[in-house]
Amino acid sequence: MDRIPILKLGGALIVTIQVDMHDRLALALEEDLTAMIARTGARGVLIEISALEIVDSFIGRMLVSIAAVSRMLDAETVVAGMRPAVAITLVELGLELTGIKTALNVERGMTLIQARLSEDHDRGSDLEGLED
Amino acid sequence: MKVSKTETLPVRSGDDVVRVRQRVRTLAVEIGLGLVDQTKIVTAASELARNTLDYGGGGDVRAEIVQAGIRKGLRLTFEDRGPGIADIEQALTDRFTTGRGMGLGLGGAKRLSNEFHIESTPGTGTRVTIARWK
Amino acid sequence: MDNCLAPTRGTAMAPIEGAPGSLKASNEYKDKLMTMDGAEVLAGTVTRDETAILDAWLAGLRAGASLQSGRIREAELQTQAKSVLAQFKDALAEGGPDADGEAYASLRETLAEISRSRAIQGFTPTDTANFVFALKEPIFEALRRAIGSDTPALAAGIVAAGKVLDQLGLHTTEVFLASREEVIGRQGQEIAELSTPVVRLWDGILALPLIGTLDSARTGVVMENLLQAIVDEEAEIAIIDITGVPTVDTLVAQHLLKTVAAARLMGADCIVSGIRPQIAQTMVHLGVELNVVSKATLADAFAVALKQTGRRVVRQQAVPAVERR
Repeated sequence: MDRIPILKLGGALIVTIQVDMHDRLALALEEDLTAMIARTGARGVLIEISALEIVDSFIGRMLVSIAAVSRMLDAETVVAGMRPAVAITLVELGLELTGIKTALNVERGMTLIQARLSEDHDRGSDLEGLED
Repeated sequence: MKVSKTETLPVRSGDDVVRVRQRVRTLAVEIGLGLVDQTKIVTAASELARNTLDYGGGGDVRAEIVQAGIRKGLRLTFEDRGPGIADIEQALTDRFTTGRGMGLGLGGAKRLSNEFHIESTPGTGTRVTIARWK
Repeated sequence: MDNCLAPTRGTAMAPIEGAPGSLKASNEYKDKLMTMDGAEVLAGTVTRDETAILDAWLAGLRAGASLQSGRIREAELQTQAKSVLAQFKDALAEGGPDADGEAYASLRETLAEISRSRAIQGFTPTDTANFVFALKEPIFEALRRAIGSDTPALAAGIVAAGKVLDQLGLHTTEVFLASREEVIGRQGQEIAELSTPVVRLWDGILALPLIGTLDSARTGVVMENLLQAIVDEEAEIAIIDITGVPTVDTLVAQHLLKTVAAARLMGADCIVSGIRPQIAQTMVHLGVELNVVSKATLADAFAVALKQTGRRVVRQQAVPAVERR
């Protein structure tokens, strides 16, 4: 079965969805991402969907549950590049992507994740300072 | 109302759902629907095709290009011979789900269409018809 | 209509059997006509008398209003009439007097084409339908020439001609109205687009000043324009200013909320500005809650947007004394 590749960049995982996903592929992606967050200790997940022509409730559910699982594993999920028509349709469908941050494009998405990473970093050095 | 084109597609596997989406997109482009309307009908078709597959145990979708006066439209009829829906009112309520979705399938498809019609007999099957007009 | 034609055929044949000698002036063709129903009479006559019919028709058209108005040249009218009559003749021979039939497909298309161009040239629907109706008289004349005094056959022919020409005339009117509706629809769309310009206030900050009443069709266009502009300009913040919107009902409020929600899904924030006191009051009474960042004026919203994008506005130098006064 095909799988969607996941790239690791620093403390972030990046996924670009380029195909019209059938449900099995979406479920496989969810599994792969979860496993990879646990394995790499990534703090941010960026899912780029500018090529997606529709997001139905199934894909929506997948995004929400990826975000929920990531949060439990202390990673933040950013969905980037949603098309206007897709956004309008999702709103009409009644789908709220709760717990998910959004960004206009990959660059903005990475900025959001970087901000989170450096915040963590600062907090980490504070703790070290306290221990001394 | 005139029907100028009819085709029937099977909904028996996850791949069929993808094929239905793609075919509906092509037909929506053919009748000149705008991008947002295309996206709406394709999304509605995706929800209903998945319902047909997951709850109805598979079935067919009939896609028709219809014309009333100068308005063209796309009409989709999803039919299965599954267990049927006992309480349609309840099934149309958001967040109601017996399966793995978010429970937005039927209600969502209704909101994304200009016309929505559902008939279901428990034990016999379900037929959902939606239409989107230009 | 077929019910009317059936007995006519019987009566038309009666004189031949009963008193063949009474048809003194008849020639061979006329004899043949006696045995036909209205449709065949009509088809035969149009085929045989095409040139005379065309001339009479053109004469009628020339006298009519459409040519006098100068909106169409005579040569164009002639070409149109000639091709319509030729196709009418073929259609009659092939499909009888049923203008909805398959045989009339190309004629209907030609007439539709003519109707559309008439609609664009500014003709009235009456002018357009008259183009076809003007063909009635020449055909009735031709039928009279061909059939002469045999009233039942003549009546049958006229009924058939009347029926088919009425259908065709109505068809032109229908196409005429349809193309007008198309024009109106397109204009509506254009107005909707023109009346909702998205302006760029700063890098990454857009404003959408809404003016006039919002209905759901217009709001759809507004929504799409704004969201597309957000993508094009890579905007972080969009300000929807409703100072120019006279009333906000539940539906409009819902549309605003949907736009804000869609922008959020794409990764941009929205601020609504310019909600007038009365509107705010109505909305509270209606139980509509605008769960979005809202500012009194566009200026306030802009200040918030600048702040949110990490910018600060400072005076470059001390304000001159005159202004300070």
